[in-house]
Amino acid sequence: MSPKEQKAKVKQVLEKHRRDKSLLVDILQDIQAEIGYLPKDALQQTNQALGIPLSRVYSVATFFKAFSLTPRGRHLINVCMGTACHVRGAVKVLEKIEHELKIKKGATTKDLKFTLETVNCVGACALGPMVIIGEDYHGEMTPEGVVSVLKQYN
Amino acid sequence: MAKLKSLGELDALRKSITGKRDPKKTVITVCNGTGCQAHGCKTVTAAFQKELKKQKLESKVDIRATGCHGFCERGPLVVIKPKNIFYQRVRVKDVPEIISETVGKGNVIERMLYTDRATNKKITYEHDVPFYKLQKRIVFGNNGLIDPTSIDDYLAVGGYAGLAKALKMTPDAIIDEIKKAGLRGRGGGGFPTGNKWESTRKAPGKTKYVICNADEGDPGAYMDRSLVEGNPHSVLEGMIIGAYAIGSHEGYIYVRNEYPLAVRNIKTAIEQAESYGLLGKNIMGSGFNFTIKVQRGGGAFICGESTALMASLEGRVGEPRAKYVHTSEQGLWGKPTNLNNVETWANVPLIINNGSDWFSKTGTKNSKGTKIFSLVGNISNTGLVEVPMGITLREIIYDLGGGIPKGRKFKAVQTGGPSGGVIPESMLDLPVDFDELTKVGSMMGSGGMIVMDDKTCMVNIASYFVTFLEGESCGKCLPCREGLLQMKQILTRITEGKGKNSDIQLLEELSATLVDASLCALGSQASNPVMSTLRHFRDEYIAHIKDKKCPAGVCKIGAAK
Repeated sequence: MSPKEQKAKVKQVLEKHRRDKSLLVDILQDIQAEIGYLPKDALQQTNQALGIPLSRVYSVATFFKAFSLTPRGRHLINVCMGTACHVRGAVKVLEKIEHELKIKKGATTKDLKFTLETVNCVGACALGPMVIIGEDYHGEMTPEGVVSVLKQYN
Repeated sequence: MAKLKSLGELDALRKSITGKRDPKKTVITVCNGTGCQAHGCKTVTAAFQKELKKQKLESKVDIRATGCHGFCERGPLVVIKPKNIFYQRVRVKDVPEIISETVGKGNVIERMLYTDRATNKKITYEHDVPFYKLQKRIVFGNNGLIDPTSIDDYLAVGGYAGLAKALKMTPDAIIDEIKKAGLRGRGGGGFPTGNKWESTRKAPGKTKYVICNADEGDPGAYMDRSLVEGNPHSVLEGMIIGAYAIGSHEGYIYVRNEYPLAVRNIKTAIEQAESYGLLGKNIMGSGFNFTIKVQRGGGAFICGESTALMASLEGRVGEPRAKYVHTSEQGLWGKPTNLNNVETWANVPLIINNGSDWFSKTGTKNSKGTKIFSLVGNISNTGLVEVPMGITLREIIYDLGGGIPKGRKFKAVQTGGPSGGVIPESMLDLPVDFDELTKVGSMMGSGGMIVMDDKTCMVNIASYFVTFLEGESCGKCLPCREGLLQMKQILTRITEGKGKNSDIQLLEELSATLVDASLCALGSQASNPVMSTLRHFRDEYIAHIKDKKCPAGVCKIGAAK
């Protein structure tokens, strides 16, 4: 995305929310959905448009787990670490993915293919351990099973 | 749709909707909750539509994609009405057979029926399945009947009748009714709802807010999501009634962004209610105005705490504040604010519609009505169950939940989310209500119930919850920020086989400090998982520390050496 395109996208989001500063969390969420992460320029554009200090935009952007200040991979992997998934072996599934992709949780693969995150619960506990890739829910994951699931993505 | 201008018009509309519906017509309901979506229910729903078209049955049979039915373990779930034939684990390849055999000829296909574990018999009808039979689904029951994206479906089952009744009452009379019903907050606090409404109503100031807390952060609890996803209008109706009673004209729903379907469905419901004149200006000609905005959370557990949630609604970092001044006096933007949880709001229309006596007939002395629990973990029938308050844990786990799978033994059940505690087998006959759970060192919380078998290490569980809370602590107050970090480090070294003899005492001291000195409930209740495991499973701590052994074989003590 060119800087110009990015600026237009951010502007669009800001207009949609009528530059309402109380909607900062929503605004950042939409910007991230458009761009994939929250670049510095976008944060600056937001703070200027809303008339609030950059420090406040930055603090909100770093407080909430949903936001990323660095580019993320094409496929976002979320390993559910909810209690139900935990007691069914989610840790082993996460460790296997970390091993397989050679990254730790929170990181992105060098080829920008995958970003690996954890989530506290998606409420699909019957199928734990759950791994969510993009919008696909993969249930009853095992360390062996997750490897073949990863292969479905390119 | 023209907006409804009077309460009478609502009745007329309802009659015209129900009049067009033939109760004898075959309706295939397919559960489309998130749990069933993970099982692939969307392709099953599409297959039904395609097959009906192919067999030219579109006009004779309706398909309805409903919200969560609760029996997530056996999804995708299909119920064929009006007979309520119950099929489970339905796959796309089964669809043509269901249409030709069951819908066409009325034959039941044995293969897809549920088998009762106790008797090994096949069960044909939904209402005979023990998982459903033993529940009392007053709040959750409509989920299986309606398409959450259709306001007409909600109206057809009597929706918004509670609102119509409320608008004829005085606000004080509504508050009285809620108080008499004995409704207590379902989000975990258990505070009497009527009293909360009353103090917000009485608080000085013209502008007041009502908030629906749908930031369901407890891992393993998803009843609020299922309600917002599956029956969003019931939540809206409750909020409108509450706003009218409190004297508020603006409401917010704060919903987790991890629940995309819930966000979508509640937004659709708001648009529909607005177009019908059930939300917005001059609701049904009553002169009462009320609007609702939806805001998505950012993945912070602490934002389930009321003051942190309000800070986040104002576009700030979600840090809680000390509650010397209650939010009912000064909440969002410093104005009187009433916050209730999703399930609490969904109870409101039922109470107004059926009366407080009807509601308070169910439950125990100080906990009235029902509660939805999510029964998860090492349990045969994972899912959501709505049960009367006062039911025992044993009934929930064994009669409804079907016990522990794989022939393993029950070890403990954890209630109340990360800030709750574990309850051992000796206490399984405990009646479940707000006060009883607190007495044994756990709590009701939002209703997560995580069952653990004998392969679970209790030190590992304590460490899991403390690690969770340490990660979610906002860092504003020192006892929580540093206390949890220390506890995490101690627990980690115990699970690695490097625990010291003094560690148990240290954990107890830290726990006491957190209880006394934390700013909000995240910190003050954070010791529950540690203290309750210490209380009921002290042996396991000692085995880790003294013998360098994990009795359950979970902790990698050997690897850490």
